[in-house]
Amino acid sequence: MDWDWEYAIDSLPLLAEGMLVTIELTVLGALFAYLLGLVFAMIRRVGVPVLSQFVYLFVEFIRSTPLLIQVFAFYYLLQPAIGVKLSPFLTGVIMLGVHYATYTSEVYRAGIEAIPKGQWEAARALSIPRSRVWTGIILPQAVPRVLPALGNYTISMFKETPLLLAIGVVDVLNSAKEAGAETFRVIEPYTLAGVFFLLVSYPASILVRKLERRVGTV
Amino acid sequence: MSSGLMSYVWEGLGNTLLLTVFGALLGLVFAFIAGLARSSERKWVRGIAMVYTEVFRGFPSLVLLFALIFIVPTFGYQLNPLFAGILALALNIGAYAAEVVRGAVKAVPPGQIEAAIALNFTPLQRLRKVILPQAVVAMIPPFTNNLIELLKATSLVSLVYISDLTFSAQLIRASTGETALVFFGLLVGYGVIALFFTAIMKLLERMAARALGRTVPSGFFGRKEVAA
Repeated sequence: MDWDWEYAIDSLPLLAEGMLVTIELTVLGALFAYLLGLVFAMIRRVGVPVLSQFVYLFVEFIRSTPLLIQVFAFYYLLQPAIGVKLSPFLTGVIMLGVHYATYTSEVYRAGIEAIPKGQWEAARALSIPRSRVWTGIILPQAVPRVLPALGNYTISMFKETPLLLAIGVVDVLNSAKEAGAETFRVIEPYTLAGVFFLLVSYPASILVRKLERRVGTV
Repeated sequence: MSSGLMSYVWEGLGNTLLLTVFGALLGLVFAFIAGLARSSERKWVRGIAMVYTEVFRGFPSLVLLFALIFIVPTFGYQLNPLFAGILALALNIGAYAAEVVRGAVKAVPPGQIEAAIALNFTPLQRLRKVILPQAVVAMIPPFTNNLIELLKATSLVSLVYISDLTFSAQLIRASTGETALVFFGLLVGYGVIALFFTAIMKLLERMAARALGRTVPSGFFGRKEVAA
């Protein structure tokens, strides 16, 4: 079987549309993961009784089970059980967000632990209110240092989005699959889908490495 | 559940373990070849290794699986699906682990290598007797993370119709309608397998450290490493 340029070019618009969905999923999921991860990390750090232990178990559990099954469980089990029906896209955003929040929470934890103890003590000595200690002292120092690690997880998240085709999200790989099913030619759409991924993830990883050199790693 | 359905579970579990273990072994081979090649003196060797790690870290493993399962047959070969799954997962995880190998080799103190040169060790002896024994200890904790990632990635093969644990579970769900039981069982099942692999890696880490006369902090989980 040989490469058909005409067909490859014809399938480009469809794939580009799918790529847009992939990027939307990644951006929204990542924002959710950054936020939820920070919440997890702060609950653990402050040591809210019961909640803190619960978060620990939740993080360990989510981290050691496959995202695909979590997506299935959320889509086919949890949503009917609580009587809501979210679109596959929204399900994808939420599950990507929750799954990667367990990773980002570890990243934030490392960033927060890297803040010297003297900073906490100085803040206490000056009797700065607790909320102000977090927002004015700890987080402004911890967050920039963890940006490269967050970037790396965002790239992994980007590469995990295609598994959402299992619940019918039409991302770039699913678009390729549909194009292939229609014409029985699979080389072009799948190769192009792969190229699309590489075109985004490689420059992104170079960017993250540049960022790493600038702010250093935790 | 009838014994007929249970046999699906055992088959799926067997395939999942097979994919994980052989994917890890093959991935380890790729990782060592690429990771050591990154510190080669020849530019083209370094170049090939770099292209491998960058390309396969840039691809989603699912795209790789689709390529091996659906594109390769159009050229007239038909890979055994299970082997195609192992190969796709190994190529992907090997690229990540290659970076671990490279980092660990780079972290061996230069004095050790200089001493080995001063003692007239051949490059191969240097690698085998001085660099690797120390580097391997540093590799095991990040390898544990890679192994768990690999285990989780094996569930993707169900999307290309390879009968792993997830695939069998879907069959059972389709025939019995026991959604809650199936998904809950799956999540717990993968969690338990992950614990099992973590325990084995912990044991390996202790053994490797003891061979060097070091000790590893006790406790089942030890100190957690943040993979970044």
